[in-house]
Amino acid sequence: MGVEATKEIDARGSFCPGPLMEMIRGIREANVGDTVAVLSKDPGSRTDIPAWIEKAKHELVAVEDEAGYTRFVARKAR
Amino acid sequence: MPAEIVILGGGVGGALTANLLAKKLPAGSARIRVVDATGQHLYQPGFLYIALDQANAGWLSRDLRSLLPENVEIIIDKVAKIDTSSRKVNLELGGALNYDYLVIATGSRPNYEGVSGLKEGAYSFYSLTEAERLREALRTFKGGTLVIGVAGMPYKCPPAPVEFAFLVEEYLRKKGVRDKTTIKFLSPLNRAFTIESASALVAPMFAKRGIELNTFVNIDTVDPSNHEVHTLEDEVYSYDLAVLVPPHSGADALLTSGITDSAGWLPTDPKTLRVEEQEDVFAIGDATNLPISKSGSTAHFEAPVIVEQIAAAVEGRVPHPKRSRYGGKVTCFLETGNHQATILVFDYDNPPKPPRPSVVWHGAKWGFNRAYWFTVPKGRGV
Repeated sequence: MGVEATKEIDARGSFCPGPLMEMIRGIREANVGDTVAVLSKDPGSRTDIPAWIEKAKHELVAVEDEAGYTRFVARKAR
Repeated sequence: MPAEIVILGGGVGGALTANLLAKKLPAGSARIRVVDATGQHLYQPGFLYIALDQANAGWLSRDLRSLLPENVEIIIDKVAKIDTSSRKVNLELGGALNYDYLVIATGSRPNYEGVSGLKEGAYSFYSLTEAERLREALRTFKGGTLVIGVAGMPYKCPPAPVEFAFLVEEYLRKKGVRDKTTIKFLSPLNRAFTIESASALVAPMFAKRGIELNTFVNIDTVDPSNHEVHTLEDEVYSYDLAVLVPPHSGADALLTSGITDSAGWLPTDPKTLRVEEQEDVFAIGDATNLPISKSGSTAHFEAPVIVEQIAAAVEGRVPHPKRSRYGGKVTCFLETGNHQATILVFDYDNPPKPPRPSVVWHGAKWGFNRAYWFTVPKGRGV
């Protein structure tokens, strides 16, 4: 595991749009400045999650490829 | 001693499971009891038609007793707590039911409190009362900005807001106020609908009907006094009429019983439909945490799988390897207005390939609506 996160959400058992919804829920519940990490096995997350973070004006801190899944880390910016 | 089978909930999943068990099990081998809060079974897909003035409420409700055979007992009460360690269900009015096999079919419920201002500022069609309230609002609607959106996922019947958009567009055209109305559809995703193939079908049809598709719109709050929807993406949508799907929750009693995930859904094995880490407890329909549609159709295809496993256990045999496993099958109609519809048929491994909307599928949907009371909850044709 690379970048540390305030909250880690394992969405590997969830299909599209589950991981994106987990990221949205995580950011919604986080405090400004916190980082939220979501683990996803869903290939759609690679486009969905960064696109949502950009639109919602938060910060994508890291996209880390792990064995069989991807870890997305975002910082709540506002 | 007959096996004690307790089914919580008398909706599609509960009623169908009870009927199939009563048919399948040898007489005297089991006692089947259904616990339901109201004793009434509702055909919830009909709420949409109530809101759009296409049906009357009398069509949507039946006494649960009329749908179940005499040898299935009905207990009208609410579940207070489930104690899986002692295999017991406590009821609110008092008393407890011991079980050998438990089927949890408690469904999902709209949670209007989940989004600030939603109850006061928006309409929906997720209960009979709400559908009738929306019908009155539409009857007096003279034009303006109509916002249709989803205020929380997951929710019951994923195609419903898309169907509402198509049908209300047609409704307003016939009413003569379409040219005075801007319709905005707010989707939480980067497309119109959860399923990509269905979105690919819906998006160009929205464009053709002048329904404005706004993506990545996750509703944060509703401001009833200023008629505004505020989003997590820091946007504001003004409206004259807002129709928003409320967030949904599982049954409170499950959450307080400590057997759900943090969102209130039952962690469920996707194939066997057994509740994880519990013995002889099954979950069906909306109550599960499965990543598939919360819909009556899901429960319809799940029920025989649970029934086969319980029947095999009661009869002391090995369950049929195929009939005791759920493959994720769901079938949903999607109304697209102008007397047309399409159909979504899919499972865990195969996404739907929706056919071009046609009058045939619209006719099939209405045929299904009319046949529902004689088929689905009674287990005919399953």
